[in-house]
Amino acid sequence: MLRVIGKRIALLIPTLFGLSILLFLWVRSLPGGPATALLGEKATPEAVARVNELYGFDRPLPVQYLTYMGRLLRGDFGVSINTGRPVLEEFATRFPATMELTIVALIFAIGIGIPLGYLAARHYGRILDHGSVVLSLIGITVPVFFLAFILKYLFAIQWSLLPPDGRQNPRIDATHYTQFYVLDGVLTGEYDAAWDALQHLILPGIALGTIPLAIIVRITRASVLEVQNADYVRTARAKGLMERTIRGSFILRNAMLPVVTTIGLQLGLLISGAVLTETVFAFNGIGRFLRDAIFGLDYPVLQGFIIFIAILYALINLIVDLSYSVIDPRVRVQ
Amino acid sequence: MSTILPPAAGGSAAPNDPAIDSGRGTGLWRDAFLRLRRNPAAIAGAVIIGVFLLVAILAPLLAPYGGNDLPGRTSITPTTIPGPGELDGFPLGLDRFGGDVLSKLIWGAQASLLIGVISTALGLAGGMLLGVLAGGLGGWVDNVIMRFVDILLSVPNLLLAVSIAAVLGQNAYAIMIAIGVSQVPIFARLLRSSMLSQRGADYILAAQTLGLSRRTITMSHPLPNSMGPVIVQAPLPLATAVIDAAALSFLGLGGGLPQTAEWGRMLTYAQSELAIAPQLAFLPGACIAITALGFTLLGESLREALDPKTRRK
Repeated sequence: MLRVIGKRIALLIPTLFGLSILLFLWVRSLPGGPATALLGEKATPEAVARVNELYGFDRPLPVQYLTYMGRLLRGDFGVSINTGRPVLEEFATRFPATMELTIVALIFAIGIGIPLGYLAARHYGRILDHGSVVLSLIGITVPVFFLAFILKYLFAIQWSLLPPDGRQNPRIDATHYTQFYVLDGVLTGEYDAAWDALQHLILPGIALGTIPLAIIVRITRASVLEVQNADYVRTARAKGLMERTIRGSFILRNAMLPVVTTIGLQLGLLISGAVLTETVFAFNGIGRFLRDAIFGLDYPVLQGFIIFIAILYALINLIVDLSYSVIDPRVRVQ
Repeated sequence: MSTILPPAAGGSAAPNDPAIDSGRGTGLWRDAFLRLRRNPAAIAGAVIIGVFLLVAILAPLLAPYGGNDLPGRTSITPTTIPGPGELDGFPLGLDRFGGDVLSKLIWGAQASLLIGVISTALGLAGGMLLGVLAGGLGGWVDNVIMRFVDILLSVPNLLLAVSIAAVLGQNAYAIMIAIGVSQVPIFARLLRSSMLSQRGADYILAAQTLGLSRRTITMSHPLPNSMGPVIVQAPLPLATAVIDAAALSFLGLGGGLPQTAEWGRMLTYAQSELAIAPQLAFLPGACIAITALGFTLLGESLREALDPKTRRK
């Protein structure tokens, strides 16, 4: 197990190295160069020259790259142009918000997606099956931000059931230790604050979770359809095993491998979706911060975030691969 | 188009080919076409795309006003925006700037189609180039290219597109190139794997025995045989391209005038009017979703029709 993990982390190094070169070149190819991005387009040539000297942008590219790489390895991702605070610190304060949102979205997507996909396959060709196919088709084709608008209009504006934006009602005086608002409320015993934060998560969570939901329904359905006619299922039936055991231990468990892979692959989609969802719901997480970074051309933030995501992506893929051996013991043998 | 069809499949159905029981000997492509014609999802997709194409091409004739015109500027106030049917001459009402919503939706179809088709064509071209180099040359070239594709894949699509658009400036071309580049990995992987799967084929061995150069063999056998299956995958990325283009211009990366007729852009400005004029969000949003639905239905039916596994059923 440890050897597998070590090997995977070693494989990550060339990818990150390549990515760092691309990002380095990306910043140098920004219109007007990094100095203009820092100072804005109306900067005087003298100011640009001074910044170039100060940050070393006038030195040869390989030297600049080595300095940049050295800082990255020490965990220094630079300072945000928009806010003037270290990039890592900005991420640390905003990441919990997006994490909370993503967890709600995934609970929604997995909690509904797997049972629905399973039931659709069990009732293949009947109304429930057709319904799930149509539903997943709609889920894939409706843009996240449009869905966010529909939810916001219906549930927040028209029927006033849920809050339209933000993370928590500003009138609630809540204590925040972890920046996970729901968790904070539970830990401090301020249950009304936790409940309020949870209500703020429902609409954006559903908006963000719908595409993963649609994909999980499809994969689960296809996977169960393939597995339920397998020879070992027929054998299990012939042996006279209880239908419940057959469904749980034979069909569902074997059908889960592609589903778990798919869930792991949703990360990119969730991050892109978070940028859009957080924009519509004025939700103060990483997504909204990135959107502002895009407009301010806040390249240290974008750079740092892309590296961060690439590492996260690799880690999640690793967890997915390791979870195979839990689900399917045959993988362990190899 | 006929040059890219796999010659192996055309007209030479093997005796045990399941397509034969329809009574006439059909090849893969003809069979796929027949199956598509019987598939209601494919027909629905084709109709949606057909209507969308017609509207986009005939936009100058269909739209009552130009895309950036503001004919109803005098009819809007800060608190009221005339909705559908509330004002003569503007069947779908006005937007915040005083633009005719119907005209903007029609011009928006043209903008979306252009961005979608051009960006997917760019992605296809770039992906094919990388795929041919990787699959044809193999060895270290293959390794370097596939690592590069891995790097592109490790950055979420929208962020990749946004980063590229940031370098190229805020305009429609930047969006096309950005989405095109973000689609390169899909096509590169498809073409490469499709070419690799033919590596041990008899006709390649035959060509090698004849002493043909590697370039000639690659260009005349695996490449033409792989291009068809990759190109038919294009409708699905087209759906993604339409949605991503809308997302990028929704985030404000399209550049140009604020009232530019573009579906994503219309949604940006509908945001603040959601309480008084929800139709400003719903109409362009529905257009994006329906177009994406059309491409998805067509793309999936096409893929299903060409998949030998489902062919046997």
